Amino acid sequence: MLWIAQRATAAVLAICVAVHLATIIYAVQGGLSAAEILSRTRGSGGWLAFYLAFVAAVSVHAPIGLRAIFIEWLGWRGRSRDLALLAFSLIIFWMGARAALGVFA
Amino acid sequence: MRVLVQRTSGFQEFEVPREPSQTVLDVVTYIQRRLDPTLAYRYACRVGMCGSCAMTVNGVPRWTCRTHVDRVLKDDALSVGPLKNLPVIRDLVTDMRDFFDKWARAGGQFKGGRTKQDDFAKVSPQSEERTLVDAGIECIGCGVCYAACDVVAWNPDYLGPAALNRAWTLTKDVRDKAKMERLRAVAGDAGCHSCHTHMSCTERCPKQLSPTAGIAGLKREVTKAVLRGEL
Repeated sequence: MLWIAQRATAAVLAICVAVHLATIIYAVQGGLSAAEILSRTRGSGGWLAFYLAFVAAVSVHAPIGLRAIFIEWLGWRGRSRDLALLAFSLIIFWMGARAALGVFA
Repeated sequence: MRVLVQRTSGFQEFEVPREPSQTVLDVVTYIQRRLDPTLAYRYACRVGMCGSCAMTVNGVPRWTCRTHVDRVLKDDALSVGPLKNLPVIRDLVTDMRDFFDKWARAGGQFKGGRTKQDDFAKVSPQSEERTLVDAGIECIGCGVCYAACDVVAWNPDYLGPAALNRAWTLTKDVRDKAKMERLRAVAGDAGCHSCHTHMSCTERCPKQLSPTAGIAGLKREVTKAVLRGEL
């Protein structure tokens, strides 16, 4: 199941990262200030949904990859590892969602 | 040529004369017969059929009987050691028990559903399943892929390319009746999902098989079974 979750979120991330990078490159042409960015992004429900999906995919994808690294590099297994990964997942989701809400809400 | 042999007691250097068409196995045999009879190594057929003479040659796992010195000699020197990722019994001889136990753990036994009263199973050589089985079935269990695999080195529980390749060929065997049991055995941290697709096994396999392709096939089969709710 974890493998399927990681593959599925990888597919979502492939699209999200491409859109994210393309938007940055497109938007910064000619220079931008923080105020200009916020004036364009605030209240944009579609982009908020996009970035929340992006953040959700990252918070599923990254801990599963980290899990394999923990097994192979540290030999870390069992409940303590799973709890640490859950905490990591929640932290990145919280940080990402906070950023998305700050910019787009 | 200078030959550096990795023995249980440490590295030992030997001077061995070059011969035409000399194989690395010839070199090791020369050392054992002429220079140091205490050197332990293993071989049987000498012609690439039994898979027992696999060793690490210049850092790479190979069949020593099918490796010509001409191809691997660097600056008139050669290094020979036991296969990696396996416990060493003595000198160049490794303990293959773990390697073969993992075949069993991966569901490597054929489990048919017919009795001697039944007719022969008719399997078309052109059928999709049989074509896939053919691509992976020539493994002789030499352990070269297992020694080449980084994931085995990092995760000692990992079943390894040979055992998973065996599981894959049985998964595609239309006569076999233990498919779900086997998919359960190869799913999880010790199984196919731990493969990082480095392809070292495929790169090193002396039979030019692709355990990587078989492992990818197992990942697909497990995914399908999970989505169908069978696993």
